[in-house]
Amino acid sequence: MKKIMSGNEAFAYGAYLAGINVAAAYPGTPSTEILDNFSKYSGVYAEWSTNEKVALDVGIGAAYAGGRALVTMKHVGMNVAADSLFYISYTGMKGGLVIINADDPSMHSSQNEQDNRHYARFAKVPMLEPADSEEAKQSVKAALEISEKFDTPVIIRTTTRLSHSLSIVETEDEPVAESLSEPVAFERNPVKYVMVPAFARQRHPVVEDRLKKLAVMAETTALNRIEPGDDEIGVIVSGVAYQYAREVFPNATFLKLGMVYPLPAGLIKELAGRVKQVVVIEELDPFIEEHVRLMGIPARGKDIFPNIGEFNPGLLRRCAQEAGLISAPVQSTPAVSVPQLPGRPPMLCPGCGHRGLFYALQRVKALVHGDIGCYTLGSAPPLSAMHTSGCMGASIGVVHGVDKVGVKDRTVAVIGDSTFFHSGVAPLINLHYNNGTSTVIVADNRVTAMTGHQANPGTGSTLMGIESPVVKIDELARGIGFKKVDVVNPYDFKTMVDTIKDHLQSKEPSVIVAQYPCVLYKRERKPALVVDLEKCNECGNCLRIACSPITKVEGGVSINAALCIGCGFCATICNQGAIGLPNREGGTEQ
Amino acid sequence: MKKIDFLMAGVGGQGTILASDILVEVGLQMGYDAKKSEVHGMSQRGGTVESHVRWGEKVYSPVVEKGKADYLIGFEMLEAARWTSYLNSDSAVLVNRFRIPPPSVNLGQTSYPTEQELEDYISTRTGQFQWVEGTAIAQELGNPAMAGVVLLGALFARVGGAEDIWLNVIEQLVPIKFVELNKQAFNKGREFGLNTTA
Repeated sequence: MKKIMSGNEAFAYGAYLAGINVAAAYPGTPSTEILDNFSKYSGVYAEWSTNEKVALDVGIGAAYAGGRALVTMKHVGMNVAADSLFYISYTGMKGGLVIINADDPSMHSSQNEQDNRHYARFAKVPMLEPADSEEAKQSVKAALEISEKFDTPVIIRTTTRLSHSLSIVETEDEPVAESLSEPVAFERNPVKYVMVPAFARQRHPVVEDRLKKLAVMAETTALNRIEPGDDEIGVIVSGVAYQYAREVFPNATFLKLGMVYPLPAGLIKELAGRVKQVVVIEELDPFIEEHVRLMGIPARGKDIFPNIGEFNPGLLRRCAQEAGLISAPVQSTPAVSVPQLPGRPPMLCPGCGHRGLFYALQRVKALVHGDIGCYTLGSAPPLSAMHTSGCMGASIGVVHGVDKVGVKDRTVAVIGDSTFFHSGVAPLINLHYNNGTSTVIVADNRVTAMTGHQANPGTGSTLMGIESPVVKIDELARGIGFKKVDVVNPYDFKTMVDTIKDHLQSKEPSVIVAQYPCVLYKRERKPALVVDLEKCNECGNCLRIACSPITKVEGGVSINAALCIGCGFCATICNQGAIGLPNREGGTEQ
Repeated sequence: MKKIDFLMAGVGGQGTILASDILVEVGLQMGYDAKKSEVHGMSQRGGTVESHVRWGEKVYSPVVEKGKADYLIGFEMLEAARWTSYLNSDSAVLVNRFRIPPPSVNLGQTSYPTEQELEDYISTRTGQFQWVEGTAIAQELGNPAMAGVVLLGALFARVGGAEDIWLNVIEQLVPIKFVELNKQAFNKGREFGLNTTA
């Protein structure tokens, strides 16, 4: 049967068919839907771990005991998990371990666009790279087979475009997961599994030997193939770039790589021998190109195609024309003068509790060290109330450093609940231990909202839909030793402002939990508010809270009833009492 | 089998993704190789949503190439105009007569282009431009959120194929209690399309 699936749905389906029985991940665009989908298959275990390193350790444990494990993460999650990636490369496992890593060229939803193919080489583990949903499905089984045969973790690299594109997948009417040939059991073998220096020294040669064997396998695996064409241009390509290249170079000879590390030197030489010119087409870094050049083959690549951003067929065509690889079209579409169209940046949702927090921070002119999540939108105008944001968990360490160097003046850290559980706890302990004086604000909406409402330790349920104990952030802070801890509803605006002021004046380190459930998750909707234009003095306060239903009109503002969810925050901050609930006479009611 | 490339553009929350899910599934059921691509993640927060759907004998790229879209379906006027560079002189453009002002317009920092400005700009690429009263028709049926299905009906009036396939896919993909209303929305859209393209 043929079915349309996204790359991520296909990874989940492939994982189920391959008999993956334990899966762990921390949500991160564009990887999140893999586990969301996988968890729905029967007989599997899947969890949202608190961060990517924890997830990888969970997968490693399952694989140590002979299970088949899947761990998924976005590219920057691999940075968090890297410590574990390097030891598992040395120890190997008893069972199978597949890591799906989602890169984000063009940074659709990320802070950088690092090319994680380097991790395969760095950690000396094989990496596969499928090019559509069908290949995504098949890649999990192929990766597991390599993992179990060569005693190595295997990384599958996807990108946003593959993960979030839909294409046809062959499905089975009644899919049956492959079962393990032997029961799970942990075999005690310290020389293999305890990486003290003496044992690690014994493992490194095993790793190097494994890479040589994998390089031999790369020559014959069905994952890599030469697609014959004419003898002018030989294209080396992998992943979704293959699809673009196929459109731009329909007649070329292709070396289509499904395995991007280690690379098949023999196949590369064979291709080079067949054609006049080798062209490497790869998004981001010249990973394959450098390898090909080191072999002494004068390949072209990054001299033609950019190393920034994702590719598309039009871009490849233009670059190839400029380089003379293909002829320019006889008649091109006339260039259009593009008018200035107003942009449409994402913004905090109507009713989002973060709005109360950031408006309060703006009012007290705080210097805000932020973190990664929906609340990073608090940096955008007109709120403009976040001044640094680097990576998950950075805020608390950064504010501590800023304060220690002597800047402390209305400095705060703002971190979301999920990000706090991910990598905020250790820096919070550090802040307290090292006699810090900073104020940490946890923007707590009880769910991992940015990636689509995944449960976290503050939610009260797990990915498997089971109830679980809620970690209370205020109690955790008190347990660390913080004496000044407050829990505030950010829509109780006066209390929010007063609490921030109070904490800013304090000499001791402190924590504020700004707690308000995500409105998209809770889906609570009250009647939309209306504006009494007679009372409105056009001060513009309500426009400064960046709430999309509020629009400037002649003589005041109006509120779009279809978008407003009735949170009432605009009425709270309106000094004129011009915003309220509609009354029967068509006026407003406070 | 002729290739057909569609672009759908709208604002997060407008149902652009559901409509493109329907369109790619229709392609599959009509026997095409079919692919779809969109970038989401921020879309729920009121950002732009663009969805590429491609039908063909064999489809490689999941994204449409600039200048090669056969159809542009705009769920929102300004968003339609943003994708003008994907059009050529044979492209057909269907635009929902509906505006959602972006933040800079709400704040009075920029102005929203007029309907005529948007139509003129898109028409620099193609003469086949059509306004569709998608939101108005959906509103008459009781739910403006069905504007996307009205647009699909208007698109069907141009693309053709077995109507059963379109209706069956709508039945599969919309929530059960809204199936009948959505079928009505599709039919109204088709009628609108037939009356205005003739």
